[in-house]
Amino acid sequence: MRRPRGIRVVAAASAALVPVTLGLTGCAATPDPGTVTVLNSATDAAEHGANQKFFDRCAEPLGLKVEQISVPADTVASKALRMASSDSLTDILELDGSELPQFAETGGLRPLDEVGLDTGGFSDSATSLGSYDGTQYAVARSVNSLALLYNKDLLRAADLEPPTTWAELRQTAKKLTSGDTYGMAFSASPNADGVYQFLPFFWSGGGDEARLDNGKGEAALTLWKQLLGDGSVSKSVVNWNQQDVNDQFVAGRAAMMINGPWQVPVLSAQDKVDWAVATIPVPEAGQDAIAPIGGTVMAVPKSDDSGREKNAGKILTCLNSERNQLAWGESVNNVPTKASAATSYAEKYPRLAPFVDLVATARSRTAEVGTRWPVVNDALAGAFQSVLTGGAGPEQALRNAQRQASAGEK
Amino acid sequence: MTTAVPSAGSFEPAAQSPSDSADSSAGGPAKTGRTAPNRPRRDRHSLLRWMFVLPALLYMTLFFGYPLVRNIVMSFQRYTPTTYFTGEAPFTGLDNWRAVFSNELFADSLWHTAVFTVGSLVGQFTIGLALAVFFSRRFRLSGVIRAVLLLPWLVPMVVSAVVWRRVLDQDHGILNSALQAVGLADGGVPWLSSPSVALLSAIMVNIWIGIPFNMVILYGGLQEIPRQLYEAAALDGASPWRAFRSVTLPLLRPVITVVLVLGFMSTVKILDLILALTSGGPADSTQTLGTVTYQLSFLQLDFGQGAVVGNVLIVISAVFAVLYLRANRADFGTGK
Repeated sequence: MRRPRGIRVVAAASAALVPVTLGLTGCAATPDPGTVTVLNSATDAAEHGANQKFFDRCAEPLGLKVEQISVPADTVASKALRMASSDSLTDILELDGSELPQFAETGGLRPLDEVGLDTGGFSDSATSLGSYDGTQYAVARSVNSLALLYNKDLLRAADLEPPTTWAELRQTAKKLTSGDTYGMAFSASPNADGVYQFLPFFWSGGGDEARLDNGKGEAALTLWKQLLGDGSVSKSVVNWNQQDVNDQFVAGRAAMMINGPWQVPVLSAQDKVDWAVATIPVPEAGQDAIAPIGGTVMAVPKSDDSGREKNAGKILTCLNSERNQLAWGESVNNVPTKASAATSYAEKYPRLAPFVDLVATARSRTAEVGTRWPVVNDALAGAFQSVLTGGAGPEQALRNAQRQASAGEK
Repeated sequence: MTTAVPSAGSFEPAAQSPSDSADSSAGGPAKTGRTAPNRPRRDRHSLLRWMFVLPALLYMTLFFGYPLVRNIVMSFQRYTPTTYFTGEAPFTGLDNWRAVFSNELFADSLWHTAVFTVGSLVGQFTIGLALAVFFSRRFRLSGVIRAVLLLPWLVPMVVSAVVWRRVLDQDHGILNSALQAVGLADGGVPWLSSPSVALLSAIMVNIWIGIPFNMVILYGGLQEIPRQLYEAAALDGASPWRAFRSVTLPLLRPVITVVLVLGFMSTVKILDLILALTSGGPADSTQTLGTVTYQLSFLQLDFGQGAVVGNVLIVISAVFAVLYLRANRADFGTGK
């Protein structure tokens, strides 16, 4: 009597385990041929909806449907890798521009000209954001960069103009610092946010991400340290991300800040601070600011079914028509990547025009170091963090950073 | 929690022997006379026993054994994004291990993890025990206050970290404002912006988060101690401190072990709190083994090196798990 029951229990338990085991190995669902799937980071309901509107507008005339799979931005890469290992990657993959090289290197992405996407007419900076090793693997609908945002009232009250050079930045920031208000704010957090904000200074001063210790990068570190030493910048910047910086600015605790156009919705929604945009100050008058280019890019993973790849290519072509790019740029406050669309954008939004100028000369973080960018990113973060907290001088910090960055080289 | 322990031990083949011997001693008298006819029944019995263990064994192998082995294998492979597309992960011998062990950050993070874990455990435990003892005497509002003290436990880790970031802000944080108001810390303590203070701040926040857990479990343990023992101790003229040392602590020992081991396990692999509080900064002063694994695996996408650090974490946890099991077994032994 005991035996059969025991066996039944075991059998039931094993039966329950079987689907789990199968589920682990084969989670690739058979895709519907008329549906183009997209993996992106549009987890926010409004963003998801706006995206879907653009996708639908492009897919309907083609008789297709688009389905978005949205996961948080910092998990897109690992989700995509998991999908790739089970052969269930989506037809379109939307990654952060800085993550593209690591995916392109795997050989798992289809060059865009092979799926029928014409990549002519895009700005050079956008092209470099989507290419790896000379091949265009991805396309950015819009890009962003960084600029100097300032509190118009505070500058007017102090009878100051937005600074254009580093020397002016120091003076202006010092004059604007009083009481509860710092003259300047930026993010120096030890992650992508802080590094993104450091790059315009690092690059404009002549720094090189492939040779951190080439002797030119120190200037930017010195400037940041001086701003901190002057008391024009809060010591907490080492812990602030870009969102925190914006919060400080909106609260009136910073007269100027480095930030990007993605803060525009927040800034426009408040009426405490009257703000304007200026280009990032450069070491010497007359130089061009070299800012980093950022944003997401869309790639087409290789598929066994060339029809699916072609469909993805058609959707991408439509999304990047001049009209769609302009409308998309407006909805996310980013600059369209087709030169013609960018010009219309600047005319329509004069307040954001400095961003349009900036992205024309902006530089991709991965153009030079490619797949090694994440390591370089950490090394740079280590450099400015140790300088700002007094752990090392600029020269020493960059020597350490170069050693750290090249330790992983094989 | 204690019920899980003997069953976990029984998955080891070695643990089969004590239950076997217990069984044979029970069937001892029968064994002498009729050995041969008894054998098939005994085989069937042991088969049946294995059948009951099988589902759990399968489950453990699938969800714990497989990932564990994979993680160990992975640490000897060049495991990159390409691997996910092609399935190729060439073996590179000890390269990953060498790279990780020669990384200065690894040594730093090991040290930070040790300080963080010991600091957190000592703080959480002493404060938790003090509160548990305090609340074990009955007084008005004791229940309400205990409920309020549980709040940190209910708040998601990331949320408390974000709130603490504001509290600890050097310029505008409440803590510095309060300290300045009473004339302490002129100019503000750089809680999160100085490398020499940040780890301490992180420990402080983690203690705050961990106190409720310690308090609740220890409070439960205290309720189990018979009141008469204290009465007897009082009659013998023991001071409250003596009673605490000679009655409370020894009887609480099994619970204390559980609290400390579980606390250790969750603290040593800390990740979310630190990421949300300091992202490992400033200047890497709050990098722990958890954040280094995260950085290597999910930011640099070097899964091989990430697996190495993960394995180190597993070994550390395993050592303490074994110590815990041994301690527990000793308890059962003396208890009987």
